[in-house]
Amino acid sequence: MRPRIGFAAIELLEAAGCEVIVPASQTCCGQPAWNSGDRAAAAQLAKKVIVEFEGFEYVVAPSGSCADHIKNEYPVILADEPEWCSRAVALGRRVYELTDFLVNVAKLDRVPGSFAGRVTYHDSCTGLRSLGIKAQPRALLARLPGVELQEMSGAEECCGFGGTFSVKFGELSAAIAERKCANACATGAAAIVGGDLGCLLNIEGKLRRMGDHETQVLHIAEVLTAKP
Amino acid sequence: MKSRAHRFKENAAAALANPVLQASMRKAKGKFVDKRAIAIREIDDFEATREAAKQIRNRVIENLDLWLEKFEETATARGATVLWAKDGAEICRHVVDVAKRHGVKKAVKSKSMLSEEAGLNLALTAAGIQPVETDLGEYILQINDNEPPSHIIAPVVHKSLDEVADLFAKTHHTPRKTDIPALTREAREVLREHFLTAEMGISGGNFLIAETGSVALVTNEGNGRMVTTLPKVHVVITGIEKVIPTLEDLATLMRLLPRSATGQSISNYVSVLTGVKRPDEPDGPEHLYFILVDNGRAEVVGSEFQDMLRCIRCGACMNHCPVYQTIGGQAYGWVYPGPMGSVLTPLYTGLENAIDLPHAGTLCNQCGVVCPVKIPLPELLRKLREKQVERHLRPWFERLAFRLWAWVASRPGLYGLGARFAARYLTWLADGKGSIPALGLAPEWTKGRDFPAPEGKTFRELYAEKKQ
Ligand code: SF4
Repeated sequence: MRPRIGFAAIELLEAAGCEVIVPASQTCCGQPAWNSGDRAAAAQLAKKVIVEFEGFEYVVAPSGSCADHIKNEYPVILADEPEWCSRAVALGRRVYELTDFLVNVAKLDRVPGSFAGRVTYHDSCTGLRSLGIKAQPRALLARLPGVELQEMSGAEECCGFGGTFSVKFGELSAAIAERKCANACATGAAAIVGGDLGCLLNIEGKLRRMGDHETQVLHIAEVLTAKP
Repeated sequence: MKSRAHRFKENAAAALANPVLQASMRKAKGKFVDKRAIAIREIDDFEATREAAKQIRNRVIENLDLWLEKFEETATARGATVLWAKDGAEICRHVVDVAKRHGVKKAVKSKSMLSEEAGLNLALTAAGIQPVETDLGEYILQINDNEPPSHIIAPVVHKSLDEVADLFAKTHHTPRKTDIPALTREAREVLREHFLTAEMGISGGNFLIAETGSVALVTNEGNGRMVTTLPKVHVVITGIEKVIPTLEDLATLMRLLPRSATGQSISNYVSVLTGVKRPDEPDGPEHLYFILVDNGRAEVVGSEFQDMLRCIRCGACMNHCPVYQTIGGQAYGWVYPGPMGSVLTPLYTGLENAIDLPHAGTLCNQCGVVCPVKIPLPELLRKLREKQVERHLRPWFERLAFRLWAWVASRPGLYGLGARFAARYLTWLADGKGSIPALGLAPEWTKGRDFPAPEGKTFRELYAEKKQ
């Protein structure tokens, strides 16, 4: 959907001095299957990811919900297969959400991008409540001198995406997104920034439907690597 | 109560299209959420208290039969009669029997969700006994042709002042008024008469205390006291999971319940009622009955859903739920709305009768983090989804789609091709504009919003090009 995000994440990791490898065989972490109750499909994809990634020192995802799924759900999904389960736990210890990794592990202090303007940050639910992603993206934004962060009311409230929820209950999901958009726009921000593509697609889709073609909706990695 | 949970989608659509409900829900959200946030700050160590509350509830539920026996023993010793009900029909039968035994013509009721589960008002009316709801919210619903509640503690949260004003004028044949104190005074005048003439009071119970055989009632209106002390017969109806060991445990739970529910440090009334009226006591019921109800609960004990039985019915999960905030409670179709309802309704009325409810949440876990007894609601919703798949209750095309998707996702080459095709297709659909107004393959998505256009090529393609 947004290859820019992937490249931006690579740029940030390299700026932090990491060697980045993107395994060509990777596909999906399997979260949609797990959240829809399909344990078999979720287990199948979990094993694939474990095999592909367990050889790396760190595994970083530009998404709180994917990172959480690998880190915290794989051991649950594979609980009945002790050997796989312990491999999942071992991998999980090395899995990070992008901003968390940049701030707390790689200690990135100079952000490569330059971005000017007022932004507001949407806290995606899984990153926030399962991984404690809250201060990290804000710390990184603060390193861009041109960025003015204006918090929206209800920044921690769900945007209504919810994975398959958004295509099962479209109207309902969009009605929740409307509240999020209203809160975000009330800040007068030129860009709504977040750390999970699902939320961003939802928020942007709603804004455009509401006739707002001005407000940008950006992944934090895009902001942190923005070229003037 | 007959469940309409199988019609969740239609119910939700109706709620979205109801402007009065929408306005009421917007107002309620701020009230509940903000007040709770302030109230929990008064507790030194909120998280430790939550953990303690969880432990208290677990301790009981792990040995539920023993605690119930203990309660039966202590309550009986204080002159109460303990009756057991397997389901809603048995609740109704017990209450009607008791009413007949004591020559009851009219029963005043304080809030009881169990009586909603049982459809008790209908059964009493059919038996020639007049039920009168005395909780203001429940009373409003009763005079509005027995409308179902939309919240477990604020049953008319979806209604506007204007609606209530109209209803009172019509029912009481009084001039229409929109002054809230005047409306409550009017309700009080009507209800007073009923309190004085009813022979039986029916209440729910927030907790049953095993060491003393008491019931604890947590209310904000004086009606609970009237219902439980004025009539000569008092019937308490509660679920079997409501028992707790000691009064000390009650104190711990009471630190959390009103704060989580309404953001009050303590509710206006907390009553601990023990036994029948003794000769030296000025008031209280001469006859006290406890109807302890299973209605699906016993089966949950020992199951992977056991955590749900810790619930103390505070309503915080629904107050914080983005879905509940958007559609209110009636859309959920049965007695309990919001996240706790989406778990309880399938468990108590059958998985197949509430097929949408476990999916009617975004798994945002706002409910899980506010629940005072730490019930992992999103995890339970997910487990229910898994049960649906196991029992082949999901539509065949959905199951097929997941199988197919998993099959493709296990084959990187094919997956890359699929992604490439999807990106091209979406780009074509977007036709140079920033977003797509209608998606044939996911029509639900574009019902209320666009789908942002992709950039063109996929990450995979560009990355491979770059590497070369
Ligand atoms: S599930 Fe938790 S938050 Fe919801 S009503 Fe029960 S105790 Fe309260």
